Amino acid sequence: MTDPAELLSSYDPAVRPPRLSASDVSYVVEDTSIGRMLLARNDTGALVASSFVADDAAEALLLQRLSVRVSPRVLRQPRELDEARRQLEEFLAGRSHGFTLRTDLALASQFQRVVLPRLAATVAYGERTTYGELAAAVDRPRAARAVGAALGANPLCVVLPCHRVVAASGALTGYAGGLAAKRRLLELEASH
Amino acid sequence: MGVSLPAFQTLVDAHWRDVARLAHALAGPVDGDDVAQQAWTQALAAYPSLTSARNLRGWLLTITHRCAMDAHRGRARRAVPHDDVASLPAAAPTAPAADAALADDGLWTLVAELPQRQREAVVLKYVADLDHPTVAAALGTSPAMSRRLVSDALATLRKEMP
Repeated sequence: MTDPAELLSSYDPAVRPPRLSASDVSYVVEDTSIGRMLLARNDTGALVASSFVADDAAEALLLQRLSVRVSPRVLRQPRELDEARRQLEEFLAGRSHGFTLRTDLALASQFQRVVLPRLAATVAYGERTTYGELAAAVDRPRAARAVGAALGANPLCVVLPCHRVVAASGALTGYAGGLAAKRRLLELEASH
Repeated sequence: MGVSLPAFQTLVDAHWRDVARLAHALAGPVDGDDVAQQAWTQALAAYPSLTSARNLRGWLLTITHRCAMDAHRGRARRAVPHDDVASLPAAAPTAPAADAALADDGLWTLVAELPQRQREAVVLKYVADLDHPTVAAALGTSPAMSRRLVSDALATLRKEMP
């Protein structure tokens, strides 16, 4: 005879996962042509993250940041990101030159809130700038390195185009999604 | 500064099966999914005001237990002809698990026939795999009483099982 405690422990009914409606933060993880990305929006529909998450550990880290900085009510809700996914796909296919998404820099530092909008407003599709030029543009001419760090941690990759910033030598230097992704984005913009 | 809570989705991914198993064990297959769904909705609503990130699994399963008991009472209330809640028996005549055609060795029929508190305790302890302090908190009793309820339940089940 089997012990009742064991039978109860191994109880295995047919179950299905809960269906929750969208809450404070909705996200989706998407395999794009330039890498695995996590897109997230807040409760007003503004995009708060468009970030490369190479693996599960990077994904977990970003979810934790969203939980702390925006709201712990973070749910995987792909449908809520349909418009952002569509625009990203159009952009990566070379069919569009920009985004009409509302963004929110909740995950950004004070300095990033100065640098990233400035970048988006001044460096157009197909153009490039350097860390030094961008530093000068935000009235911090000696802060090229800080600008590099601010762009490296850009929470809204591609949408806020930090890939358009290169070294004074023309070298691509670094990119959150890897240099291959940066090269691909620059080539895409050069040819469309 | 509030506590640093994990993203809610990580709780869903880690525990949805456990929540559903407990909901089905306490409320039966007919109401089980609804109870689990309700538990998740309530947990999501309450989540940002949590003051500790410890034992989140226990917190979720405690909510599930409460939702199952609410469903149970709602069902019992609907079954009585007049709306006199005070006249309800302590346990509904058929415990939810009894209307399940569950494949077992008659175990669930026997579980359903246990006194209500024993039934809840033994399910929380073994189906939900909760420790006695958490079982006790869910039942609003002491860990010593929780141990007693569980061991009485097991003794009955061992005696009655074929």
